Amino acid sequence: MASHAITEVQHLEENYLQVKSRWRGIFAWIFSTDHKRIGILYLVSSLTFFVVAATIGIFMRLEQLTMGETLMSADVYNRLFTLHGVIMIFLLIIPGIPATFGNFFLPIQIGAKDVAFPRLNLLSWWLYIIGAVLAVTTLFLPGSLPDTGWTFYVPYSVRTGSNVALAVFAAFILGFSSILTGLNFLTTIHRLRAPGMSWHRMPLFVWALYATAWIQILATPMVGITLLLIIFERVLNIGIFDPTQGGDPILFQHLFWIYSHPAVYIMVLPGFGVVSEIIPTFARRTIFGYKLIAYSSLSIALFGSLVWGHHMFVSGESDIANIIFSFLTFFIAVPTAIKVFNWTATLYKGSIALEPPMLYVLSSIFLFAIGGFTGLMQATLPIDVHVHDTYFVVGHFHYTMFGGTIWVMLAGLLYWFPKMTGRMYNKKMAYLAWPFMFIGFNVLYGAMMYMGWKGMPRRYYDHLPEFHTDHVIATVGSWLLYIGILLLLGNLVVALYKGTRAPDNPWGGATLEWQTTSPPPLENFTEEPVVKHEPYHFRKEDNG
Amino acid sequence: MKSIHALTVAEHRDFEGARLGMWLFLITELILFTGMFLLYAMYRLKYAAAFHKASLELDVVIGTMNTLVLLTSSLTVALSIEALKRNSRKLSLWLLGATIFLALVFLVNKYFEWGAKIHHGIYPGSQELMQRNLGEVIYFNLYYAMTGLHGLHVLVGMGVLTWIFVLIARKSRKKYVVHNPHVEQLVGSEIAIVKGDKEGWRVDKIDDNVEQVEITITYEPKSGEVDLPNIIKLENAGLYWHLVDIIWIFLFPLFYLIS
Repeated sequence: MASHAITEVQHLEENYLQVKSRWRGIFAWIFSTDHKRIGILYLVSSLTFFVVAATIGIFMRLEQLTMGETLMSADVYNRLFTLHGVIMIFLLIIPGIPATFGNFFLPIQIGAKDVAFPRLNLLSWWLYIIGAVLAVTTLFLPGSLPDTGWTFYVPYSVRTGSNVALAVFAAFILGFSSILTGLNFLTTIHRLRAPGMSWHRMPLFVWALYATAWIQILATPMVGITLLLIIFERVLNIGIFDPTQGGDPILFQHLFWIYSHPAVYIMVLPGFGVVSEIIPTFARRTIFGYKLIAYSSLSIALFGSLVWGHHMFVSGESDIANIIFSFLTFFIAVPTAIKVFNWTATLYKGSIALEPPMLYVLSSIFLFAIGGFTGLMQATLPIDVHVHDTYFVVGHFHYTMFGGTIWVMLAGLLYWFPKMTGRMYNKKMAYLAWPFMFIGFNVLYGAMMYMGWKGMPRRYYDHLPEFHTDHVIATVGSWLLYIGILLLLGNLVVALYKGTRAPDNPWGGATLEWQTTSPPPLENFTEEPVVKHEPYHFRKEDNG
Repeated sequence: MKSIHALTVAEHRDFEGARLGMWLFLITELILFTGMFLLYAMYRLKYAAAFHKASLELDVVIGTMNTLVLLTSSLTVALSIEALKRNSRKLSLWLLGATIFLALVFLVNKYFEWGAKIHHGIYPGSQELMQRNLGEVIYFNLYYAMTGLHGLHVLVGMGVLTWIFVLIARKSRKKYVVHNPHVEQLVGSEIAIVKGDKEGWRVDKIDDNVEQVEITITYEPKSGEVDLPNIIKLENAGLYWHLVDIIWIFLFPLFYLIS
């Protein structure tokens, strides 16, 4: 609800990291309602989960390095890929960009002092941590980690002896956290824009967050009820999807994907927003097709809600439903392509500076394009029947989710790190990490796609001899990728302590966050900004 | 040299924003129930005859009573908001209390209704129920899941209304706390409260020994003042309560009146 704010008229040049509150040490962070501190909380926690889940991925790849049971049993492998998926999806990719950079930069980019409901914002983070703790707690309880995969499909999720109910409850709480963040952002964008910040002067990152927030609000409750029903079925024996009680398991898949397909746009839209910020800054040129990029986010949000059936082409949907969903899935490539074409057009005749954030963004567009095109292949019904449940799908969604969202998140981290911390990292190290990541990524997931095309099924802990060479190549790729990630993140951790002081506007950005100090003061601006022009305005007189 | 540091207490209250936030939250609640209604629709299409037969076993009298109870409670909460807007706190509290009481009546009714069903051996997974045909089983499973989830919402709504009741009864005191307002800058100065031209109080000079300064200002509205912050809270709670009511309006015919 409404918040009390105490402003000191006499302004003191002090950034948000130096502000004293009544809490000390870590409590000054975990009880803070400052959107910037909450953004950092999300950033640190989600990146920690990222490294944990990536390490789990490394172990899964190690098991596949040799044939037969070497490192772990089939059972452990099942639990590990479930944990890998749950952490990556629910703890990193969904909150990854909106809750970290969104929290930190949404209010600054629209010239506000904070989000609309600061205390609710803190509650979101607490729910996120509670959900994470519950998910990890399953490890230590009888039944241990769930072994269903992150999709929790019935009837297996109801029958298995593993600890599904608690893990599902954790996912429910994480969904609630996501809803509250979306609700907060929508209200913030509607109510707290600075004077002159009209809708068409908002940075494209804000537009992307706006579209994302709508999906968060409209789609997440659907998975909430679906997950609750699994708990009802396991704990209270209220069978809704159980065929022996008249239920239909296919309905679970429908309800699950009615959320979970739009959820992939919750994952990727904020990433598109970050790309739309970074490209004009390093092309020194206003964005091409501002309105089309803004509206394409909304149309992705809309059409993304109508394609869930393409996850169920082989689940026994009717042919007519399959054809409709296939058509709509092709259709969604249109607004996505609009964005990519506009980004490319922005680069044309720009004065491109290949600074680290730009390097990562450009390679991300390349990787995401591969993910997008293979997505179109799978939207084609006969091809989908062939590649369904193979490594091809695994390769595809890593190209989109990792190559699209996480790469962009890392690019955003390189872009905004100096603003958030006031420190500049070692650029040479950031460049050095790139070949490891880029080559490792393509070797790992490229090999996966290749063997999936040949018929390697997903979710098996072992493989047949004809896939052995491909698996060895993929595992070597995973090492390169892992080294790249550690180099990149390690460089930033070192920069926290040893980095040089960052100037207020190291990249020559035009949006509002670059017009305030690095790091920003408690209420973001020394005086309330008045916006007079569009967001990507690189005229000389403004940049000084 | 004398300089004045002013610490102003400013308040940012955005009632429109609070209302927008509440409406967005209500949308999420509606979609939560939409998932259940979708399932209901699919299963009813599949087992139309069995649903018809099973619904005969529900007690329409208790169901109707509960519908009236909830509708009345929606009225009382709406009147309570109007009363508070017209600054009659007492009447508002009475009406709000009536709403909470009616919510309790609803839950007690529900308890007896469920109790009777369970007594007859009709509950999820029971032997009695599992012997029937699949359509009736899924009907009662849906009945328990949907009215259970709705009951949970009634309970939460009751909690929220009670919390607001306490807030209104206590009058809205507002408390502002300033911690450590840059002590090093305050050394050598005095702190005073000034309202308009009048000086309220003044403390001793702050010297080097002072490590912490905490200023707490409590503001109490006069008796004639409209209690705006509580009105918006009550309005939002009322919106939530109407939602709980509306969902029941759909649940009632879908389970009790389809035969």
